[in-house]
Formats: sequence, C-alpha cells, structure tokens
Amino acid sequence: MSHWPILSLVTFLPLVGAAFILMVRGEPEAVARNARWIALWTSLVVFALSVVLWIEFDPGSAQFQFVERANWVTLGGFTISYHMGIDGVSLFFILLSTLLTLISIVSAWRIIQFQVKEFMIAFLVLETFMVGIFCALDFILFYVFFEGVLVPMFLIIGIWGGENRIYSAFKFFLYTLLGSVLMLLAILAIYFKTGTTDIEYALNHASLFSFGLQKWLWLAFFASFAIKVPMWPVHTWLPDAHVEAPTAGSVILAGILLKLGGYGFVRFSLPMFPLATHYFTPLIFTLSAIAVIYTSLVALAQTDMKKLVAYSSIAHMGFVTMGIFALTSEAVQGAVIQMLSHGLVSAALFLCVGVLYDRLHTHEIARFGGLVHRMPVYAFVMMAFTLAAVGLPGTSGFVGEFLILLGTFRVSTTECTLAATALFLSVSYMLYLYRRVIFSTLTRADLRGILDLSPREVAIFVPLLLLVLWMGIYPNSFLRPIRASVDHIIAQANAATDAAGLRRASLP
Amino acid sequence: MPYLTPPDLSAALPEILLAGAAMALLIFGALRGERATRSVSWLAVLSLIIVLAVVLLRGGERRLGFYGMIVSDAFAVFVDTLVLVGSGVTILMAMSYNEEQRIARFEFPVLLLLATTGMMVMISANDLIALYVGLELQNLALYVVASFDRDSARSSEAGLKYFVLGGLSSGMLLYGLSLIYGFAGTTAFADLARLLAANGAAISPGLIIGLVFVVAGLAFKISAVPFHMWTPDVYEGAPTPVSMFFAIAPKMAALALFIRVMIAPFGPLVGDWRQVVVFLSIASMILGSVAAIAQPNIKRLMAYSSIGHVGYLLIGVAAGTAEGIRGTLVYLAIYLFMNVGAWGVILCMRREGRMLEQIADLAGLSRTRPALALALGIFLFALAGIPPTAGFFAKLYIFFAAIDANLTGLAVIGVVTSVVGAFYYLRVVKVMYFDEPAGALDVPIAAELKGILFVTAVVTLFFFLLPGPVIGGAAAAASSLFAR
Repeated sequence: MSHWPILSLVTFLPLVGAAFILMVRGEPEAVARNARWIALWTSLVVFALSVVLWIEFDPGSAQFQFVERANWVTLGGFTISYHMGIDGVSLFFILLSTLLTLISIVSAWRIIQFQVKEFMIAFLVLETFMVGIFCALDFILFYVFFEGVLVPMFLIIGIWGGENRIYSAFKFFLYTLLGSVLMLLAILAIYFKTGTTDIEYALNHASLFSFGLQKWLWLAFFASFAIKVPMWPVHTWLPDAHVEAPTAGSVILAGILLKLGGYGFVRFSLPMFPLATHYFTPLIFTLSAIAVIYTSLVALAQTDMKKLVAYSSIAHMGFVTMGIFALTSEAVQGAVIQMLSHGLVSAALFLCVGVLYDRLHTHEIARFGGLVHRMPVYAFVMMAFTLAAVGLPGTSGFVGEFLILLGTFRVSTTECTLAATALFLSVSYMLYLYRRVIFSTLTRADLRGILDLSPREVAIFVPLLLLVLWMGIYPNSFLRPIRASVDHIIAQANAATDAAGLRRASLP
Repeated sequence: MPYLTPPDLSAALPEILLAGAAMALLIFGALRGERATRSVSWLAVLSLIIVLAVVLLRGGERRLGFYGMIVSDAFAVFVDTLVLVGSGVTILMAMSYNEEQRIARFEFPVLLLLATTGMMVMISANDLIALYVGLELQNLALYVVASFDRDSARSSEAGLKYFVLGGLSSGMLLYGLSLIYGFAGTTAFADLARLLAANGAAISPGLIIGLVFVVAGLAFKISAVPFHMWTPDVYEGAPTPVSMFFAIAPKMAALALFIRVMIAPFGPLVGDWRQVVVFLSIASMILGSVAAIAQPNIKRLMAYSSIGHVGYLLIGVAAGTAEGIRGTLVYLAIYLFMNVGAWGVILCMRREGRMLEQIADLAGLSRTRPALALALGIFLFALAGIPPTAGFFAKLYIFFAAIDANLTGLAVIGVVTSVVGAFYYLRVVKVMYFDEPAGALDVPIAAELKGILFVTAVVTLFFFLLPGPVIGGAAAAASSLFAR
C-alpha cells in the first residue's frame, strides 16, 4: 500500500483548485472561461486519484485502509485527532462524489452564465466536504464536514436556483441544521463515555454504551440522518430543494447528500448502538413502508418532472433504510449498492430533466410530449435510465432492490410484501412520466425546433450509463469490497444483541 | 501589620501604566488641541500595545497587590489580552469614522483608555470595593462615549439611556455588595470564600439576597435577559465604533468579573446561583434568537445577536467547572474576532458619505463588492456557529462543558436556539448573495479597517488550523481560577 496521504489529497485538492479560481482576474468572459477550465481539471485530477484509491484498495479486509492520523487539538484529555481512513462502505461513496462533481461541472458548462467563478468555487468546496465526510474517522472532523456541506449547497440553491429559491434554500438549511446539532450533542455524550472522539475506538468499544444511553444516542443520530435520507415524515424539504436547485445542484443533492443519512446509519447506528437499533427496527420498518408507498403514490400525481423524480428518490431511499435495518448481510450490501445505483440513476434523471429545462425553461410535464420524433438520442438515454430506476434486471437498480428484498424477506415477510407493492408503483409512475414526455404526438409548435443532445451532453450520459450497466451485469466488482466491511458490521451488531440475550428477528 | 509596608504595586503594573498613559495623552491633547486627534489615537494604540506586551511578558503567575485587593493571574492575563485588543481595534476603526462624521476629538481615545483601565481593574478585582471602583471607572467613561456624537439626538438619547439604566444597575449592584458586606463582615474575596466554605449549609439568607442583587447588577452590564432592554437602543443610537466597543470589551470585562465573583468567593454556593444563571442563559438564548428574526436594522440585529451570545457564554458559567470556564473563555476570544469583523463591515456601509444601517442596503453586495460580502458571510456563518468557522468551535467547547456538568437540557435548548438564530444570520447572507444589487457602497475603505477585516476574516475562517494557543490559554486561565 502507498504511504503518501492519498485521502488528504483527494479531500483537499479541490480547495486548491478553488483557491486558484479565486485568484483569477481580468475580463468577465475570460474569468468565466478560466474558472470553468480550472474546475474541470481539478475535478478530473481528483477523480483520477479516487480511482487510484479503488485500485489500491484491498477488498478482502474489513479494516480501515489508507489511515492517516495526527493530533489536531489536545487539551486536558479532550483530544480531537485528524484521523482519516476508508473501508469498503465508504470507498464507493468517495468515487461517486468525485464522479458526480466532475459531471456536474461539465453539465453546468454552458447553463451557468452569471457568477461562474463563484459557482465553480462552491462546487469544489462542496466536493471537499463530501469526500471528507466519507473519509473522516474522528467525530468532530466528521461533524465539521457533515455540517459544512450546508453552506455551499445553501448558496448554490439560493443564487442559481429557480423562482422560489430563497424559501427552498432556507428550508433546506434550517431543516438539516436542526437534525445535525442534536447529533453534535450525542457526539459529546459519546466522548464522555469513551474518553475520545475517535470513531474507530467507539466502533470497537460499543459495549461501553448501556441500553438506556444507546436509545438516546440512537435517537439523536436518527434525527440527523432521517432528515438527510430523507425519511417520511421529515422529507418535505427535499421536493422544494430539488425543484428550485439548478440541475447541477440537484445532481449533487440526489446523488450524494441523500446518501449521507444512509451512510451514517451503516457507519454509526448499526455497529455502535446495536441494542437500540434492534429496539427501533420496527419504527424504521414502519416509516420505510409508509415512505415507499406514500411517496410513490404522491409521485404518480406530480405534474412537475423534477418533483416527480424527487419523490421517487424518497421512495428509493425508503428501500435503503429498510435494507439497512433488516440487519442481514445481503440486505445491507443491497442497501449500499442501491444507494450507489440511485446516486447514478437519479443524477442521470435530473440531468435528463435539466436537458429539457435548458431548452424550454420549464419542468412541467404537460408542456412536453412526442419528443421521440425530434430527440431520438435523448429518448434512448432517458429510456435507459427510466428502466434502471424501476430496477430492470441488467441494470444497477435490480441488484440493489433484489438483495434488499432477499435480505428483508428473512426478517419480515410483511415488510417485504409492502415494499414489493411499491416496486409496481414505481414502474407505473416512471413509465407514465416517460410516456407523457417522450411518446404521444408532437403538438406544440415550440417543440418542433427542439435540438437533440449535443456531444457535450452525450459525454455526460455515457459514463453514467456504462456504470449503471456494469453494476447491473457484473456487480461483483463493487460487492467484493463492500462485503467484507458489511459482514464485519453485521457481525458486531449481532454479537451485541446475542450477548444481551435478545432474539434476533428472523423467520423460524 | 501589613499596612505598614508600602503596597506592592507590581500586581497592578499594567493598570497603572495605562492610567498614566491616559493622563499623559489627555494633557498632550489639551495642549495641542484638535489637530492632535490622529496622533493621540496612534499614541493610545501604542500605549495599549505596550501594556499588552507587559501583560503577556509578565505571565500568568499569581500575584496579589494592594493588600490583596487586586489579583493578577492567568485568568486576568487572558481576559486583559482580549480587552486590550478590543480597545486598540476600536480606536483604530474609529479614527476615520470619526473624521468622516466630523466628531473627531482627542478625548475619544483618552476616554477609551480610561474605560479600558477600569475594565482591567474589574478583571483583576479581588475585593468587592476594587470591583466597584473598576466598574464605575469603566461606566463613567462609557456614558460619555455613547453620546459622543453630541449633535445627534439619537446618540445623546443612547448616552442618556445608558446612563440612567447603568446607574440603576450600579445601584442594585452596590446594594447587593453592601448586603454581602453586612452579613459576611468582609469585602475580600479570599475571606468570603473561606467563610462560605466553612459555614457550608448554614449561609444566612441575607447573603443570598445580596448575591442575587449582585447577579442582577452584573446581568445588566452583560445585557443578559431580562436586563437587556437598553442594548438594542444604545447599540442603534451610539456611533458605530462605540456600538462595536460595547458589544466586545465591556461585555468581556463584566463577564470576567461575573465569573471571578461566582467562582472565587461564591464557588461554594454554586448550587444556589446555578439556577439563576441557567435562567439568565435560557432567557438570553431564546430572546437573542427570536427577537431579531424580523429586524430590518443591522445594528439592532447585532445587539440581539450579542444578547444571544451572552446566553451561550453563560452556559459555561452555569456549569461552574474548569471546563465550563474554559469554554466560556474560548467563546469570548472567538466572539471578539467575529464581532470586530461583522461590525467592521457595518462600518463600511456608507453611500455618498452617509452611513447606512438597513440590512436591505446590503442587497447584491456579492456582486458589487465580492470581497466584502465574502468577509461578512464568513462572520455571519461564524456567528451562527456553522463549521468549519471559528464560531463552531466556540459552541463546541461550551456544549462540551454543559454535557460534562450534566446540563443536557440546557445544551439541547442551546442547540435549538442556535438553529433559530441561524435564520436571521442567513437572512443577511440572503440579502447579500441572492438579492439584486440596490446600489453600490462607497469605495475607499480606510487602510486600517481593511487590515482589520482581513485579519479577522482569516482568523475566523482558519481558526481550526491552529486552535492550540487560544484553547491552551483559556485552559490555563480557567484552572488558575480554581487553583487554591
């Protein structure tokens, strides 16, 4: 393994790019052009580095790898360390973050025409925070990244967003902030129990937390992660944020920010508070089932494309939370794959919506129809991602959903059945959307002159499509690194519940 | 008999130096007249720097002076440093402001030096008498400074309001002090502490009533709810550099005094006064976060913000532990930087020579003046406590202490109000970044103001890179209070 601080490089290199952009001076045209190119090259290099990470990663080990550790603040026993490291669960989220940042920057190339410099800086800062979240192995460090994400996202929605952007930006910021401050208190409580803010230490000494304490800590973390996921009934910030955010912002929101909640559950709630997790599983199952069915029905009734995709995201994330708390190895692996797959597919769907918005400046479904006659390439791309979203075998969506259902079936047949109903609903609303936008006859005059995808747009979709197929046809490349870490987490959780004499929830 | 030996002046050396400098500058200014304003200002800053150097070089070793009336320890060094920096920065920032507003007079820096002397006495007070003398020296200078723009009705009103309410609170404080003296028979902190520790539960109620009066009087000075009413009016009316000064130095000194009184002599009564402090803290946090939501005037907004911050500062005091005091001191240091920065930007809000105070006047600042908008953005996110700015670490240490002292409820209220408070800071960010430009601000910013803004913005944003010195200093200061 390499000994150079590759995680720090991946995390902080975007900031270097942002600093360069900050220093660009001159004519507005030249500034915008230079800002775009610097951002593109920075994100390309960062992505390449993260691929190196994947190549060098040892998939057989459940230990944290590429570990970096240094003392940051030491005082009277209160030590905050700069501790970075990744395991199989975080590895792919880092890759997803760097890839989607790159794609967002390319997708915003022409669309963002004013304050380009600020836009690119915001995205690079956002990238640093996102990657940092998945690398951090110290609670305070994690929290700094976790909450830091809010600032650039708030600005992205507020400055480059749509009509009602201010309301949405505030709602997004305050909603998520409220959740995360409660987590901060829980982190401090953990410190007093373990004497350190080190995540790895807390993971290995979960027995320090009594059942009563676990319940409180679990709830505090839940407050933060449930809002991020978002779970029903704290999901209402998401449709607003998505509709108003610029396309690139939606891509990051759906692709990465929604995954923070799921990642948090897998990383913290399961291994650290196993008894509370066991105790609260029925709650999660109930909320997930409601989320999956209710938001699917809501999605069916939407007249705005972006809102529809946003609600479908909530439904898909309901699947994820269900899988995570089924607490079987298959289901948790499925949940991680489902998150990755959803990161790619929803990002692509938002980009599809963005393509149309770019041409007609509306998200309204009724304004379109018959696009297949003018935009055949676009129709093909959108068909591919629509099918991936509904989980057609051969696409990434299938692998995740299948593993989740498989794992959940062993634990709760009812839950599994309810979720399977939603699969049917998801096919309905996605295909219904597709029919209304792409098929039927082309009636509107302004659609006659609409242009098909440009080479730049094709270049955005091709890598996403290839990844979706790769993940669907040969998921082992992704599952292998994930499996070791997930098995380790499940084993930890089960050992704790067995030791406490709790019956593991499973079919006889 | 100790009274036969000459008093040991070394403990009060910085205070004496500063008082001497103030007198010398007063004579210098009186002889040279108004022409000397700029040189008096620079000389005042120079003397503050010299005193700061003396304070820092002398170190935190515990010294008693004037027969135990004055104590100099690590705690005093830490807060003295903050207060001296705050005063120096205020004099620097007021120079060009006063000239533009045609209120430049050489008395201004002299008065600030006198007020600073009073604050340093407060911080080092080890006796009820010394406490009161320091407090009044500070107050009298501040009453004048508040109405320094004497031709403006608003400024005069602010000064008068501050004077009347300040006099009232001083009266309450004095009444409390005399009750304490009456029931304890001593004014020395050391004797009080010995007495209270020895008597245990059998403390006379008169003493408790006296303590409550002292707390009320000091709560006025730090503008904790429900003794905060003067704050928004005075901040709005006073000249802007003076408002900034009120938001930092006197508050820090009064809070230091509060801490010293509560911990040193009344430490054994922590169970009795904690509930009062918890109440003050909760009330301040709630009012500070809710009252500013619809505030259109940025100076009043900052006043409410400072009330809210006092609530957080008091959490550390309520904990009553070394960790709590450390948290409060870290918070104070970071608060200094955030506030100086934010007020510095307010000082730049000038259009065609007229000062602006409405938040709406900042509309579109990110496009007309990106650097200034970025700086204010950093300060506002810091005030809201969003990582990775310094403001987050301030709150972190405070909540850390609260959970350590089993004040979880207080911590939960603290984080919830911080979310509510984030709303109005974000509102200013929204005006700057999301709204269309309404008109440009005047371009030239005085060089010293530019420098201060740059330094405070860098410190606020990059505090996380090197937090050691501040936190280490605060920890040493806090433990010096508890050392017996």
